[in-house]
Amino acid sequence: MARVGVFVCHCGSNIAGTVDCAAVASAARDMPGVVYASDYKYMCSEPGQKLIQDKVAAEDLDRVVVASCSPRMHEPTFRRAVAAAGVNPYRMEMANLREHCSWVHGDKPVATAKAVELVGMLVAKARRDEALRPGRAELTKRLLVIGGGIAGIQAALDVANAGYEVTLVERTPTIGGKMAMLDKTFPTLDCSACILTPLMVDVSRHPKIRLMTSAEVEEVHGFVGNFEVVLRQKARYVDHSTCNGCGTCWGKCPVKDVPSEFDQGVGTRTAIYLPFPQAIPNKPVIDAARCRTMAYREAQARQAGEQGLSPEEAAKLRPVGADGRKMPPCGICEKLCATGAIRFDDEDALVKERFGAIVVANGYDLFMLDGSHDEHLAPVDRKPYYGEYGYGRYPDVITALQLERLMNASGPTLGEVVRPSDGRHPRTVAFIACVGSRDVKVGRPYCSKICCMYTAKQAIMLKEHDPRVETFVFYMDLRAGGRSYDEFTRRAQEAFGAQYVRGRVSRVYRRGGRYVVQGYDALLGRPVEIEADLVVLANGTTSARGAVELAQKLGISYDGYGFVNEAHVKLRPVETNTAGIYLAGCAAGPKDIPDTVAQASAAAAKVAGLFARPFIETEPTISEVLEQRCVACHVCEEVCPYGAVTFVEVKGGRVAAQVNPAVCRGCGLCAAGCRGRAIVLHGFNDQQILAEVESLFARSAPLRPPPREPEPLVAGRETTHA
Amino acid sequence: MHAVAIRPSPSAPGAAGFRELVAFVEGASGQRLRECYQCSKCSAGCPLARAVDLSPQQIIRALQLGQPELALESRGLWMCVGCQTCVTRCPCEVDLPRVLDALRAYALASRRTVALREVAVFHRVFLETVRRLGRVYEVGLIGGYNLVSGHLFDSVDLAWPMLVRGKVKPLPRRVRARREVAAIFSRAEARRERDCEAARSPEVAR
Amino acid sequence: MTAYAYYPGCTLHGTAIEYGLSTQAVCRALGVELRELDDWNCCGASSAHAVNPWLAHGLVARNMRLAGATGLDALAIPCAACFARFKATQQALQDPETAAGIEEVAGGPVPRDLEVAPLLAVLTEPGLLGKLEAAVVRPLAGLEIAPYYGCLLTRPAEVAGFDDPEDPQSLDRLLRTLGADVVTWPGKTACCGSSLALSRTEVVLDLSHRLIAWAEEAGANAIATACPMCHSNLDMRQAQMRRAGLGSHAMPVYYFTELVGVALGIGHAELGLSRHVVDVRSLVERVPAGARS
Repeated sequence: MARVGVFVCHCGSNIAGTVDCAAVASAARDMPGVVYASDYKYMCSEPGQKLIQDKVAAEDLDRVVVASCSPRMHEPTFRRAVAAAGVNPYRMEMANLREHCSWVHGDKPVATAKAVELVGMLVAKARRDEALRPGRAELTKRLLVIGGGIAGIQAALDVANAGYEVTLVERTPTIGGKMAMLDKTFPTLDCSACILTPLMVDVSRHPKIRLMTSAEVEEVHGFVGNFEVVLRQKARYVDHSTCNGCGTCWGKCPVKDVPSEFDQGVGTRTAIYLPFPQAIPNKPVIDAARCRTMAYREAQARQAGEQGLSPEEAAKLRPVGADGRKMPPCGICEKLCATGAIRFDDEDALVKERFGAIVVANGYDLFMLDGSHDEHLAPVDRKPYYGEYGYGRYPDVITALQLERLMNASGPTLGEVVRPSDGRHPRTVAFIACVGSRDVKVGRPYCSKICCMYTAKQAIMLKEHDPRVETFVFYMDLRAGGRSYDEFTRRAQEAFGAQYVRGRVSRVYRRGGRYVVQGYDALLGRPVEIEADLVVLANGTTSARGAVELAQKLGISYDGYGFVNEAHVKLRPVETNTAGIYLAGCAAGPKDIPDTVAQASAAAAKVAGLFARPFIETEPTISEVLEQRCVACHVCEEVCPYGAVTFVEVKGGRVAAQVNPAVCRGCGLCAAGCRGRAIVLHGFNDQQILAEVESLFARSAPLRPPPREPEPLVAGRETTHA
Repeated sequence: MHAVAIRPSPSAPGAAGFRELVAFVEGASGQRLRECYQCSKCSAGCPLARAVDLSPQQIIRALQLGQPELALESRGLWMCVGCQTCVTRCPCEVDLPRVLDALRAYALASRRTVALREVAVFHRVFLETVRRLGRVYEVGLIGGYNLVSGHLFDSVDLAWPMLVRGKVKPLPRRVRARREVAAIFSRAEARRERDCEAARSPEVAR
Repeated sequence: MTAYAYYPGCTLHGTAIEYGLSTQAVCRALGVELRELDDWNCCGASSAHAVNPWLAHGLVARNMRLAGATGLDALAIPCAACFARFKATQQALQDPETAAGIEEVAGGPVPRDLEVAPLLAVLTEPGLLGKLEAAVVRPLAGLEIAPYYGCLLTRPAEVAGFDDPEDPQSLDRLLRTLGADVVTWPGKTACCGSSLALSRTEVVLDLSHRLIAWAEEAGANAIATACPMCHSNLDMRQAQMRRAGLGSHAMPVYYFTELVGVALGIGHAELGLSRHVVDVRSLVERVPAGARS
């Protein structure tokens, strides 16, 4: 026979202001199964919890109903409190008198009556609570880090230094990410490569880190502690174990005009290439799409096939190119390679591995003025943006990252800031902020966070390169919220003479060899026009290309812009809603390097905390399949958002559904969808739900006529809600 | 120049007129003034920005700060030719030309003083010829404008070249269904008056 | 023979008579039938919407009703300003409440599915452009033209739905088809000053002069336009610009239809070339007749 104790919380005036708590407690005493009921000002406080524990002992309670706030606030707190008093923690229920009652009603009698109904429902439920126990699952203590930028590098190093194995997967041929492309970093003006490359080398040398570049995540299955991941090692066409990085191959490669991704298109690279001098691994890869030898071999195979040649004849065939001429066989790198590391017949390889946790650190990409970042649109539907700035039409209108490459001493112009059109040094440079950010029209209303700072940095650096340069920054607001950040932007203006003009630019057009920038100074209230030699657009940050696809593979949630959602914006910033998958860096929204590194270490700490346990504990308020009733109709599998349902053979040679207790989140969709009522959701089983409904109808007050005026919403009220 | 007193709340004295104006302007233009975040890209591209007291973004600002007179009495309001440069580039998708159209309609419906008298005269004379004849009658337009504005000899230097090239017809061409056109005028004017009245009603809450 | 309902607008029988003449001549030559709406009224131009949006919509709506009654699907409009007014009303009709108000002011229902096209779109429609290319007998050699679209033909993009709002190309394409050279210049969609011509002449002189100067700087010896307001500001006031100290110019300003007509070998009188203030005949007279490049 259940012995229920009801504890009604005032929550200061949050609940007591609208609900007569004493009356609710008094009404609770009359409910079937209730042997004790009282009210108190703050149940979650120490005296409040002690009250519960004392009464559990004194009244021999075996079920507890706390009528207070939402379980999302204090369920763990009260579960621990009752467990300490010897009551099974899953026999504690919470009636939400705050978010569901006092915070949405204003009329005290109405709210109190509703509170009594809510308590009655939860008492009826508690009486049918089972004594559940958490489950256990295995834990593989190996971390998968997706993304080799500074976030991934930092997380990998932290977890590896804690003694665990880490696999770091990066889809480009080198780690380093966007940070490697920068010249200097704000606000210290540290040389980016100088602070980054030692970390990159650490990663490559660390005995616990397995580095896989030119690799991507192909498939992800499993659950926390036991992720089964298939990784695709893409063909690199160079055997990194024999290659010694001597550089002969890329020095002699005849294909020299491939726009360099690392240089953002302002420089070129060869077909066999090292992305940048400090790349890790410091070994080249071949861009098969641009390699002459690969094209030759592919054409040879195709044309031999068309002509029905034997393998010997095929090997001798000189294929003909699209221009009608015989193609050059090239193969220069292979001929010159002293260690024989070139492998034209390399192929993608799939690698299967098990991991206990995953850190998503795939970073960001940039808003592209040609619209190519709009991955949600088919390529033919993507349209260019900001035609008024002339990007693409005018060679001297460039993006900030392109300017960064020009400024970098190891960039395509060896650090000489020159105009792409004529190679001359610009005298006047105009910066336009918020291109592709804070802009409803282009579908990017958010702020990209880093542009105000990097623009100030670039204005300072231009002046350091050439004191005669004049810089203008056309801005809307200055976002400089970090430590010494505002001082940095002031320095740009005061010490380095950058002229900040508060107003967005309407148009840039070419006149003679220069560019007229049509702006406005809202502070003065006058149109401002300047003639610039170079125009730099601070284009905004977007999620990484393919971020949505990756998130879907991982089963984590993301927003409309492809940024991954954290479990709780304030209190759980490096976790996702999927247990065992953490995030770090710009994958979860634009941020600067300090915040990225902090998040990476935070995620690493979470991983280390996870790996420090001997096993995974799983919540018992999950679904369970009653095998004898299951007809394997697969509805539960279809509706499960977490992929927790599999089908296994059971006694009698039948197949029945099985719920993985470590993956199931207890959402109840399978239980609701099961046609044969073969699934029970522990903690919320059918009997409990029906008992709640019955309690409601038994207790509900007689119908009253609707009030004459609509009940006012309780807006603008003081709350203690975080 | 005086400091503007920002009206503290919708119920403060004097706020009613402002509320009615905003209700009319937002209703007639279909735009929400709060969506403008004052980036001034509109003013940067406005071809008339050099010739006005209040630029487009400043006119919106005046309304946002509860200073309708500043906007209604400005030259900027009447200098706008509806070139659409502002709305083509506005990142917040605020249709400024429609907002200013509504503001001018309100100014005329509520009999405010117009800062650029000649512009209002031009519109009035232009539309008068259309009301009477159904189409524009250039001689009547120029003559009427000169007479009403008091600039008797404006564009006189163009009159001869236009006449000689057959570009102006000495006599007007008239639409047969002139009364239909005139009826459109009356209904449109009545509708504008009604909308202004409606904007004054207490149901229009802010 | 493709047929369009045709709304000439007030100026095409008046100050833009050459636009009207050349439009008719060129469409005849290309087999495009223009059926003028019977008893059409002024669209309200700049003045109606500037003082009473309901008036602007009502005036346009009556014309749309006339167009609907012709049974033709599409309405061709040569004047860029009239075109913009029709598109604005079409957009306003998308909101049911506004549409009800418009129909009340207009005194009756207004068709919603009318296709409204600027004349430039009609003549640059791919099929017709090909036909035009084949029919050119006097390629416009020696003409360096600054294509001037004006403010309203392509902006804002969501309303006009024609070409690109920042760097449109249809007129450029048309002019090249006629054998002319087209200059790259910053004034493609810049404002001429529009309806301030009488009330604030100095503004129009300033803005229009700037356009002529830009065209000259870009190497143009002519400007081609599609808007009677722009044309009148650019063509009729060059002497006033000189007197105002802004600079001395003799820049020929053509309607694009006149250039089409010249290239097709149509006579100058038929095209109305003598009606301009700044001489436009000399430049095209230098184009050799009958030669195909």
